[in-house]
Amino acid sequence: MRTGKERQTGWIRTGLLGVAALCIVIGAVRGEAQEVLVKAVNICLECIGIG
Amino acid sequence: MKKLMRNIKEHARIWVQIVFAAVSNGYLYGYMTGQIYRGPLKAACMPGLNCYSCPGALGSCPIGSLQAVLGSRNYRFSFYVLGFLMLFGSLFGRLICGWLCPFGLVQDLLYKIPFFKKRKNLPGHKVLVWVKYVILVVFVILLPLLVVDFIGQGSPWFCKYICPSGTLGAGIPLLAMNESLRDAAGALFLWKSGILLVLLLLCLMVYRPFCKYICPLGAVYSLFNPVAVYRYQVDEEHCTKCGKCQRVCKMDIKVWEQPNHRECIRCGDCIKNCPEHAIMRVGKTSGKKTNSTDSSASSDIP
Repeated sequence: MRTGKERQTGWIRTGLLGVAALCIVIGAVRGEAQEVLVKAVNICLECIGIG
Repeated sequence: MKKLMRNIKEHARIWVQIVFAAVSNGYLYGYMTGQIYRGPLKAACMPGLNCYSCPGALGSCPIGSLQAVLGSRNYRFSFYVLGFLMLFGSLFGRLICGWLCPFGLVQDLLYKIPFFKKRKNLPGHKVLVWVKYVILVVFVILLPLLVVDFIGQGSPWFCKYICPSGTLGAGIPLLAMNESLRDAAGALFLWKSGILLVLLLLCLMVYRPFCKYICPLGAVYSLFNPVAVYRYQVDEEHCTKCGKCQRVCKMDIKVWEQPNHRECIRCGDCIKNCPEHAIMRVGKTSGKKTNSTDSSASSDIP
């Protein structure tokens, strides 16, 4: 049988997962996924130490 | 074949790390030609610290992506990357550090190399563990957001000045295969290579120094350890507080007191070595009750 604390943890986790899914969708709609894609498909000169 | 299967089960974590690193960096054409993958998968964040400029990388680094969005002219907040971080964190917490991060794999392998003196932590460990949170806030969030050029774009400060995973996985292979990039390398590359070298040498002596003291992604996931789906629990009826779990724990955690400590990377060493089988994953029954049939108690799978 789950204790009160375990139930509370479960609710927090469910809430976080729900917010996570919502954030991904909102971000994708806003165009952030495209921003990430544009950055990621070009060699990041800062990341490789060129600057 | 049986011996191989037993070996794989006993060292499941290393095998999972190797396979995941290979799959997530599986763009072999990149390694052959010195180019990077440019397909649509790069819009998705990988769970571990895997530079998106690695020739083989099929996805994006969440820390690099966060800095990219925060540093762009168009956004001051990233729902998209935050969503990925919350998703991975809520499901796995720092299991990702222990089982899925390629740079964690590098550190684990280096620590296995015999060295005249091995230690769990650096001196000043209790203070140094908080440095990664400072790095997260300052280098990953504030500096890309606030220090911008004349057109309003910020730089990825952590990637540019600190990240050794980018140097090892992206910088060195790309420079090795591209003469033009080699010609452009200067003081910054030397600085980052120096950081990488110091860390790799430290890994021979100290367990996972980057994960403990520097990694901002580990800092994020650590916040989710107490609430993630993948968590540990201690059966207090069987726990004798002998302290063996802390002695075998390379992250130096008093597991019997805090089984979901923010520094726990879920390696499972405590579970394997508890003489009373009192530590277990949430959702599993005590190993003590099913000791004769529970083969996972003697394997690497917690």
